[in-house]
Amino acid sequence: MSLLDVHDLKVSFETNDGLLPAVQGVSFALEEGEALGIVGESGSGKSQTVLALMGLLADNGVASGKAEFEGQDLLGLSPARLNRVRGEKISMIFQDPMTSLNPYLTVASQMTEVLTLHKDMTRREARQEAVRMLDAVHIPDASSRLDRYPHEFSGGMRQRVMIAMSLLCRPQILIADEPTTALDVTVQAQILRLLDEIRREFRTAVILITHDLGVVAEVCDRVIVMYGGRVMESGSLHHIFQGSRHPYTRGLLASVPRLDQERGGRLQGIPGAPPSLSRPPTGCPFEARCAYRLDRCTSVPPPLKERDRGHRVACYAELIL
Amino acid sequence: MNAPLLSVRDVAVEFRIPEGVFRRSRVLRAVDGVSFDLARGETLGVVGESGCGKSTLARAILGLVPLARGIMTLDGQSLDSGNGERWWRKDIQVIFQDPLASLNPRMTVGEIVAEPLETLMPELSRREMETRVISMMERVGLSSTQVNRYPHEFSGGQCQRIGIARALVSEPRVVLCDEPVSALDVSIQAQIVNLLTDLQKEMGLALLFIAHDLAVVRHISHRVMVMYLGQVAETTDADTLYRRPLHPYTRALMAAVPVPDPGRRARDVEIVRGDVPSLLAPPSGCPFRTRCPLAVARCAAEAPALRMVGKTAVACHLVDGADAGSAASA
Amino acid sequence: MSTAAETITGAPAEKGRSLWIDAGLRLKRNRAAVTAAVILAFMTVLVVVGPWFSPYEYDFTDWDRILIPPDIASGHLFGTDGIGRDIFVRTLFGGRISLVVGLVATIVSLVIGIAYGATAGYLGGRVDHIMMRIVDILYAMPFMFFVILLMVLFGRNIVLIFVAIGAINWLDMARIVRGQTLSLKRKEFVEAAEALGVRPFRIIRRHIVPNLLGVVVVYVTLTIPQVILVESFLSFLGLGVQEPMTSWGALVNEGAQEMESAPWTLVFPAVFLATTLFCFNFIGDGLRDALDPKDR
Repeated sequence: MSLLDVHDLKVSFETNDGLLPAVQGVSFALEEGEALGIVGESGSGKSQTVLALMGLLADNGVASGKAEFEGQDLLGLSPARLNRVRGEKISMIFQDPMTSLNPYLTVASQMTEVLTLHKDMTRREARQEAVRMLDAVHIPDASSRLDRYPHEFSGGMRQRVMIAMSLLCRPQILIADEPTTALDVTVQAQILRLLDEIRREFRTAVILITHDLGVVAEVCDRVIVMYGGRVMESGSLHHIFQGSRHPYTRGLLASVPRLDQERGGRLQGIPGAPPSLSRPPTGCPFEARCAYRLDRCTSVPPPLKERDRGHRVACYAELIL
Repeated sequence: MNAPLLSVRDVAVEFRIPEGVFRRSRVLRAVDGVSFDLARGETLGVVGESGCGKSTLARAILGLVPLARGIMTLDGQSLDSGNGERWWRKDIQVIFQDPLASLNPRMTVGEIVAEPLETLMPELSRREMETRVISMMERVGLSSTQVNRYPHEFSGGQCQRIGIARALVSEPRVVLCDEPVSALDVSIQAQIVNLLTDLQKEMGLALLFIAHDLAVVRHISHRVMVMYLGQVAETTDADTLYRRPLHPYTRALMAAVPVPDPGRRARDVEIVRGDVPSLLAPPSGCPFRTRCPLAVARCAAEAPALRMVGKTAVACHLVDGADAGSAASA
Repeated sequence: MSTAAETITGAPAEKGRSLWIDAGLRLKRNRAAVTAAVILAFMTVLVVVGPWFSPYEYDFTDWDRILIPPDIASGHLFGTDGIGRDIFVRTLFGGRISLVVGLVATIVSLVIGIAYGATAGYLGGRVDHIMMRIVDILYAMPFMFFVILLMVLFGRNIVLIFVAIGAINWLDMARIVRGQTLSLKRKEFVEAAEALGVRPFRIIRRHIVPNLLGVVVVYVTLTIPQVILVESFLSFLGLGVQEPMTSWGALVNEGAQEMESAPWTLVFPAVFLATTLFCFNFIGDGLRDALDPKDR
C-alpha cells in the first residue's frame, strides 16, 4: 500500500467564462520516504493538483476523484479533519515564505503555537523543540534568533524557517511548491541540499512542485511531467532524463539551456504556445505543438500507458529510444 | 576590434535611504566602479544575483537614475543630459523582465508599439508610423491583424514579442535586455532568445543582456561580466569564462546551477554558504569574502582591484596566472 | 486624443477586447447590478419626463384638495401636501435636483480630484508633499461652518450647494487617486514610458489615469449617493434648496413633520430617495467585482 494514492483527480474552476478545467484526471502514488517531482510549465495544473489534495483550492475551485491517505479520502474529509491532517501529517511550503509567516508574530510564537496545539507540549518543551528544528535546518545561533520577526530574516533564512516549521509535527509528507523559485541560485542550491538532507533524516516523503527540470534532477527519485492539466509521462529519474518517450518531455529537456553547451547555433525550444485554459483542446493538450502528431491526437487524449516497469507515457506515437 | 559603441567608465550609482527626520540618511551604493565597452553587433552578458546592481546599471545607462561618478559615452559622445533632453533616448532602448507588467493594459498593441515613434520621431507622418508599426510587429513574429488587441489577450511569450517590437521600432543601436526571458516558460525562452539573436544580426544591434541564469547568458553572449554587490567580480569572453572561471564567486555560481542530469547532481560539489549581504552594510574589503571558501585576512582588509589574468579581468587577491591554467583542469 | 494606431484600418484587423469591455461583460452577468441599473435608468427617465405628463405644476396650489391622500380621480397620484401641492410632481422635481446635485458635485470633485491627485502622486517628492498638506489643511475646515459661511455671504443659491459639496468631496478623491498613482508609478510599463522619454503629463494622461479609472468609477458610484444624502441633510437643516423648488431631502423633511396625519407626504419621496441610494450602491458593488476579478 502506498502512503498516498491519488486516483483520477480532477480540478475545475467556476468562472464567468464557464467551468474551466485545470486538472483533468491525474493519478499517482507516493511511497514512504520517496521524493516525487511534479514538473510542468505555467498552466500545467501542477500546483492545483497539490492544492486540491490539501483542500486549499480557491473558493471557486471544485475537486473530484480520490486521494487515499491512511485509509481516508482526503477529498472527502470535513474541513476540520482535513485541517488536522494538514497540521500534523502533511505540511506544505510555498514559493514566498512570507505568505505563510505572520509578520506580526515572532518566529518563536509561531513555532511553539503549532506544537502546543497539535502535540500538547508545554511552552518550555515547545521552545526547545523549535530550537532543535531551527538547528536541523542549519540556522546559525538558533536560540537567539527564535525571538526575531520574520522580516528580520533574509530570503534564504526565511525559507529555512518555513521548512523548520513544516517539520515540527514530523509530517509524513512535505509538499514544496516551487520552494526555490524566488531565491538566488547559490541560495537555491543550499535549500535543495537541505530538502534532501531533511528527507533522509526525518524519513519524510517529499512532493516537489517545480518548473525547473534541473531542480528535479537534484532532489527527486521519481518524476511526473504535466502539461495542460494532464500527466504526459511519469517514471524514475532515469526514465525521464535518459529514456523519455514523450515528445513534450523531450522538447522540454532540449529547451533547457545548459552551461556546457557551446555558444552559437540556435537554442532549441518548442514552437507555439501552451493551450488556452478557457478553450481546452479535446484531444492531447500538446497536440498543437507536437512534431509527431497523428490524426487521433486531436480527438481523444492518449491514455497513460505503462511502457516499462514504472515508466508511464501518454502518447499515441509510441516513440522508442 | 573597432571603437566601442557604448563605453562605460568607473560608473557608480548611489541611493539615499532616509532614516527619519532627525537622523542622517544612509547611502546605498547599488553600482560601484563598473566599466565596460560594448561594440556594434556585440552582446555583453551581465550576470549576478539579487542586489548585484545589474538592473540599476541598466537604468543608469538609460538616464533614469543619476550617476554618483563615472562617464558613459555613446559613439564618443557623453551621455549627459545637462538639464535638457536625454539625446540618446532613441539610440538606447530597453526590454523588461515581466512581459505583461511592462505593457499598459489599457492600450492596444498598435498604440504601445507606436508610442516610441510618437515620442521620438513626431516628424513622421501618420501613414509612415503605421507602416513602421506593422512591419515591426511582423518582424517579431506577430500578425499585423493583431494591432487592435490588448496585452491581456496574448500569452507571455507573445507579450515579450510586443515588448521587443516597442524597443526596436525606433531603430536603436543599443538594447538593454533586463532579464527578458526569466519570467517565461522554458519551452518559450528559446523562441525569444532566438528572435533576439536574429534581430541583432539583421539590425546590427549591440545588446546588454542582463540575467541571473548563467546558461542562457552563455548561449547569447560574446562576453560576460559577473557582478556581485554592485561591483564587477570578473569579466571575459564567454568561452573563457565558462571553461576557466577564475573568481571564486563565478565558480560558486556555476556550481550552484541545477543540471537536468541525474548523473551530475550538484550535491557532490561544494556550494557557498549564507545569503547575499545587504547593500546597506556591505563587508569591508572584497564584497564576496563573507561567503568565499578561500577568504584570507587580506580579503577583509583590502578591496581587490580588477586585474588581467590571461584574457580575464578579475577582482580577487587569490587568483594568479597559474589559476588560469589549473582552473581548466579543475 | 488621436493616435497612430487608431488610424490603422487598412488590414482587416481583429477587434481587441479591452479590459473595459471585459468588465462590462462581467457586470452584465451580475443580476443585482443590472437590476439596479435598470431601475435607476427608469427613475431617471421618469424624473426627467414625468412632470410633463402631470396636469399640475410643482408650485401650483390646489386649494380644493389640501393634504389629501393619493387619489387617481383628481390626478394627485401621490396626494397633496399641506398647501395643496401635488406630491407626485414635487417628488419628480425633487429627484431632478437631487440627481443633478449628485452628478454635478461628483463630476466637479472627480475632475479636480483626478488632476490633483495624479499630479501629486506622479511628480512625488516636494511637490507631492506641499500639495497633500494643502489637502490636509482643507480637510481640517469644518464643513457646516463652510456652508453656512457661503450662505451668509452669497445668499441661498442652488449653485452654491454644488460648489460647497464639490469643494469638500474632491479632497477624498484626490487622496484615493494619489494612492493609486503611487502604486502605478512603480509599474514597469510606466518605467518603459519614462525610458522612452515620454513627457510627465503625457504619462499621467495615457498611462496613469486610464489605469486608475477602475477604482475611480467605483468610488464615483459610492460618492453620488453620499452627495445626495449631504444635500438632503442640508435641506433638512434648511440650508438646501429654496421653496417652492424642492429636493428629495427637503420633501422628506416636510413629510416628516406631517408624518402622523399624512404619511404619504413622507413615504413617496422617501421611497424614491432610498431606492436611488440602494441602486447606486448595488451598481458600485457590481462594478468593484467586475473591475477587479481576483478569483479568476
